Amino acid sequence: MKSIKNFYQKFINSKKVAPYIFVSPFIIVFLVFYLYPIISTIIMSFQEIGFGEAEFIGLENYKKLFNVHYKNALLTSTNYTFWTILILVPLPILLAVLLNSDKTKFKNFFRSAIFMPALTSVIVAGMFFRYAFGEQASTLANSLIGLLGIGPITWLQDSIPAMIALVILCVWRWLGVNIIYFLSGLQGIPDAIYEAADIDGANSWDKFKYITIPSLKPVIIYVITISVFGGYKMFAESYAYWQTATPNDIGMTIVSYIYQTGFNNFNMGFASAIGITLLLIVLVVNLIQLNLFGLFKKED
Amino acid sequence: MKKVFVTLLFCLLIVGITFSAAAKTTTLTFWTFQELHQQFLEKEVARWNENNPDNQIALEATVYPYDQMHNKLLIALQSGVGAPDIADIEISKFANYLKGNTPQLVAFNDVVDPLMGQMIKARFDNYSKNGNYYGIPYHVGATVMYYNTELTDQAGVDIDDIVTWDDYVAAGQKVKAATGKPMTTVEVTEHWSLYPLISQIGSDIFAEDGSIILDNEKNERVLTFLDDLVHKYDIAIPTPGGFHHSEEYWAFMNDEGAASLMMPLWYMGRFVQYMPDLKGKMAIRPLPVWEEGGNRSAGMGGTGTVVTIQSDHKDLAKDFLVEAKLSVEASHKLWTELGFDPVRWEVWDDPVMSESNQYTDYFKNEDIFGMLLDIKDEINPTMITEQYPQAIDLLKKNVSFKVIKEQSETPAEALKEAADELRQ
Repeated sequence: MKSIKNFYQKFINSKKVAPYIFVSPFIIVFLVFYLYPIISTIIMSFQEIGFGEAEFIGLENYKKLFNVHYKNALLTSTNYTFWTILILVPLPILLAVLLNSDKTKFKNFFRSAIFMPALTSVIVAGMFFRYAFGEQASTLANSLIGLLGIGPITWLQDSIPAMIALVILCVWRWLGVNIIYFLSGLQGIPDAIYEAADIDGANSWDKFKYITIPSLKPVIIYVITISVFGGYKMFAESYAYWQTATPNDIGMTIVSYIYQTGFNNFNMGFASAIGITLLLIVLVVNLIQLNLFGLFKKED
Repeated sequence: MKKVFVTLLFCLLIVGITFSAAAKTTTLTFWTFQELHQQFLEKEVARWNENNPDNQIALEATVYPYDQMHNKLLIALQSGVGAPDIADIEISKFANYLKGNTPQLVAFNDVVDPLMGQMIKARFDNYSKNGNYYGIPYHVGATVMYYNTELTDQAGVDIDDIVTWDDYVAAGQKVKAATGKPMTTVEVTEHWSLYPLISQIGSDIFAEDGSIILDNEKNERVLTFLDDLVHKYDIAIPTPGGFHHSEEYWAFMNDEGAASLMMPLWYMGRFVQYMPDLKGKMAIRPLPVWEEGGNRSAGMGGTGTVVTIQSDHKDLAKDFLVEAKLSVEASHKLWTELGFDPVRWEVWDDPVMSESNQYTDYFKNEDIFGMLLDIKDEINPTMITEQYPQAIDLLKKNVSFKVIKEQSETPAEALKEAADELRQ
């Protein structure tokens, strides 16, 4: 009995074993919840799946990808990713700078107010936005554009207004999170640099352009990278607006398409094939993006 | 002493187990996406337990959101564990569960066949494969026309004079001229305008051999007609919100937005629940016909209740469902409590069906079921294949939307495009 205990203590305390024990939770979670599903998705993408039966059908599922819905989904997701990044990088930087400035009053209030939406569930928020973008003249969105003299719009049945509605929901939700990233980046910039610039006679714009932006570059790269992932994997927002069927695919993203194919039409094999392409697309887009930012260049 | 005590305890335990086995309460699990169905079956369980004191049932019902329930059930059946004894499956999803050669649902033939003479068989065919019935329907879902008689009266239109769709258009033009309001609304993001008419005119999405006939001439005629209602005769508008279950539509209609609406009979519940201001103004009539003597209705929508092969109590579950959904008593309750037109047509002229309830109070009809009895033989079966969920998806998302809302395609083009996609 004692020897077992001794062995146990020795084993657990040994420098060779302990690290593996500490990382094992991650490794196990990774193997069971990430690696296994990925491998099984790859296998399923070559199969026709029924109840308890699976038949290999070669590349059939991948051949089906050449259809108009996949093209529409790809376009919607890409468009959405593009617009969200275009707004969700400059705008939070600007607001972060304002919130970081000593001159701004009620900073803490604004910080928490802007962050609040990130804490709500997409579905709950989506319900609100779904009604806000209703088509009667009395809905929130139509009342607002009514003030500008524009007639009521059928927001969710037309491709451009639909994209605007999606991007607005996304911006509303993620603005606060991105501001937090940039705020922490800003607080890491030493004041001494700004003071030196003051002495050299730099104005606010110069300081922003030559000190703030370059110092924030790692944060910007990080935010863009996760936004690319976030944009392409977007599903809940589209689901909140249209559930599973968006007219003429105007709001159907790649993940909505996977969902519809896999669950609504019970075509798991084809859904897996779409999933694999999504993985590849996100990988390629991010590699290009990181390469452009010079992340793979060797340090001089 | 201790030993005696332990023995005694053991004996008590044995007795306890045998005793509880004698009372025999079987727990059946039930998944649904519709709270009304849960409430209904729970009442039916109480009735069952009164009549079967030695074969008690405890129903463990869970209501999930529509999509979540269907997905959960699909995964449970696909993986072979975790499915409930009984579940509700909506008609447009049903084909998913019959895919492949090993159905995961239990056939009802032995209990349902003897009753078939009193039932609307077409509704059972919706949930069947290779001659096996896998689902028990709640209702017929006869499609009818709901008229706002206040608006038609204002225009001097007598709704009983509307016999053909041509009459309907003429009446619509009168209503439009007199009130400025559209005669009706056409769904553009769901299929409840197009599909009932396709069925009514005697066509379908699939032929009996499963081949695709969505782009045939009859369907083109139907879609052209719907398009004309909006753009040629100018007596209809695309449904506010896109479909007749949207909040926009309910607000619009409750505010006397349109003079009529074509939906299945189960839509009565929505009137009562969401459009209270129309109480006493709405009247239900059969659909106008395409040709003299043509069908005046179409059976639409529905939910099949199934027993899964993972159940340990298949026979009990089957017996219970037949009693709870198809018996005479159950058929009465389906009408009085849920406002459904029960599939057991034999009960339609029972006195209880014409007694007043929340539905008869709401609508101006004297006898809703007398009217249904009239049209019961005018309901075509709809053909359902493995591709049905995909086909309904296309009807919802593309066909009416592109033609009537976007006006980017002609009826023929839109139908052809959808049919070609199904043929791939």
